[in-house]
Amino acid sequence: MIDLTELTIKDAARLLRLGSVSAADLVTAHVERIERLDRHVKAFLRFTPELWERQAEEADRKLRAGDAGPLTGIPMAVKDVLCVRGVETTAGSQILRGFKPPYTGTAVSRLFEAGALMLGVTNCDEFALGSSTENSGYFPTHNPWDVDRVPGGSSGGSAAAVAAGEAIFALGTDTGGSIRQPAALCGVVGMKPTYGRVSRYGLIAFASSLDQIGPFTRSVDDAALVLSVMAGNDPLDATSSERSGGEVLNNYGAGVKGMRLGVPREYYDVQGIEPGVKAAIDQAIKVLRDQGAEIVDVSLPHTDYGLAAYYIIAPAECSSNLARFDGVRYGMSEVDAPNITEAYMRTRRKGFGAEVRRRVMLGTYALSSGYYDAYYLKAQKVRTLIKRDFDQAFERCDAVISATSPTVAFPLGAKTQDPLSMYLCDVLTLGGNLAGLPGISVPCGMSEGLPVGLQVLGPQWGENLVLRVARAYEQASGVKAEVASFA
Amino acid sequence: MLARLGLEPGEEEFYSEQLSSILEHIDRLQQLDTETIAPTAQVVEVSNPLREDVPRPGLTQEDALANAPAAVNGMFRVPSIQEET
Repeated sequence: MIDLTELTIKDAARLLRLGSVSAADLVTAHVERIERLDRHVKAFLRFTPELWERQAEEADRKLRAGDAGPLTGIPMAVKDVLCVRGVETTAGSQILRGFKPPYTGTAVSRLFEAGALMLGVTNCDEFALGSSTENSGYFPTHNPWDVDRVPGGSSGGSAAAVAAGEAIFALGTDTGGSIRQPAALCGVVGMKPTYGRVSRYGLIAFASSLDQIGPFTRSVDDAALVLSVMAGNDPLDATSSERSGGEVLNNYGAGVKGMRLGVPREYYDVQGIEPGVKAAIDQAIKVLRDQGAEIVDVSLPHTDYGLAAYYIIAPAECSSNLARFDGVRYGMSEVDAPNITEAYMRTRRKGFGAEVRRRVMLGTYALSSGYYDAYYLKAQKVRTLIKRDFDQAFERCDAVISATSPTVAFPLGAKTQDPLSMYLCDVLTLGGNLAGLPGISVPCGMSEGLPVGLQVLGPQWGENLVLRVARAYEQASGVKAEVASFA
Repeated sequence: MLARLGLEPGEEEFYSEQLSSILEHIDRLQQLDTETIAPTAQVVEVSNPLREDVPRPGLTQEDALANAPAAVNGMFRVPSIQEET
């Protein structure tokens, strides 16, 4: 008997087309699993039966008519930062409690058009600020592999949902590693596209020059499929590229024979990397070499400055974006305060959590007159240096490989008192955001009983190269994204 | 004050301690000579995309006000923005 909650998209789609299961069966299996497990994992903030009932009916009608799209009948989960018309969307924050968007964002719309059905909204760090999902304004999410540990973040609910068998795929957003790091910590595939590949229309913005939407899946093929459906130009996002979305699939099944893969020495020996993580990466490098890839040593000399540049640029953009939460047009409001300034103050005091306050203070400071040159402008110049590091590395190789996270999943509460230690979780991923690169994390084994992720980064618009390396690794290693074997 | 966060008196100390350790880390940027380096604001090359200047439907007034904490006569209601004289 096949467990319908452990399938890849590809396998589920095959069963649906054969008629051996219906979309309604898939939904029922997932809802039952969620009812059984989500009280331990807490991946979801809310559920959307009003959507899945209608969507499953329509999917089954299309399947019977032989009119199915690539994702028809496939249940997905959506991070709480992506607007879906009429579905409460709060960015993990109390300040947006009750907010029901008047429109659906482009990425989700395209998935709906391709037939995907929505199970619910997943938990995340408030406004996607964090690396553990403990900054959620509602509750923390737990790692399905060990419920005393974090799932990573900020898209921790989406990663945990896929790892726990509560959705076949999920959407996240990645500003400094918020898809790749939780994917690594939960043992699933997570992909961040090139900046501009997927429209950000309908994404509640954190740092607009860094944010991208991407998928969590159980296989590289599934990630490629979901990305190809979401990708492509959208007039509603002026930064979305004119390139065709379909190019992400070009030749990605070709294997790594003859490819040159760079191992950045600053990433390989990054401070704080756990021996078990390093051993898994060594093993992955060996697998890729055995498949015919040439492994070359490369350098990203400004790696040590990446975190500092990121923690000026991201908070600066964050403080601007979050200025709109003023209690006037939507969300929490103290509209009966004696004057407008007091209304702003009371709304934001009640609505924002500690990490939001930290970032807004940091960003406002970095942008304030007198400090702008020393902080914001300086960070933007260092961003240029980091981008150049990657440009130079890609002259010597087709893609670079490293660990996704220096550590496996850490215990809940371990880093909440020390913001800088939490920020360091993203030291291997945020360079990809600063340089606008596509990146993926694929499971590459276990350390101390917990999943380890292999990160592949490619040049801008090189999603097909990144997918090609990841797929070759997945096929040759036999390491698959598994549904966590708990409960 | 600039960010209108409405901090309580005790909070200021708590945050200033945490923020100083972050700023201390950030200060390492000053070690780099960036005199001749151009800043990056937009990491992927895009030219200004233009569209035909034709009217399109936008949000209806009803949709725009649907989430309003307080609305009067089809407008958002806010507290007084001027002191009474």
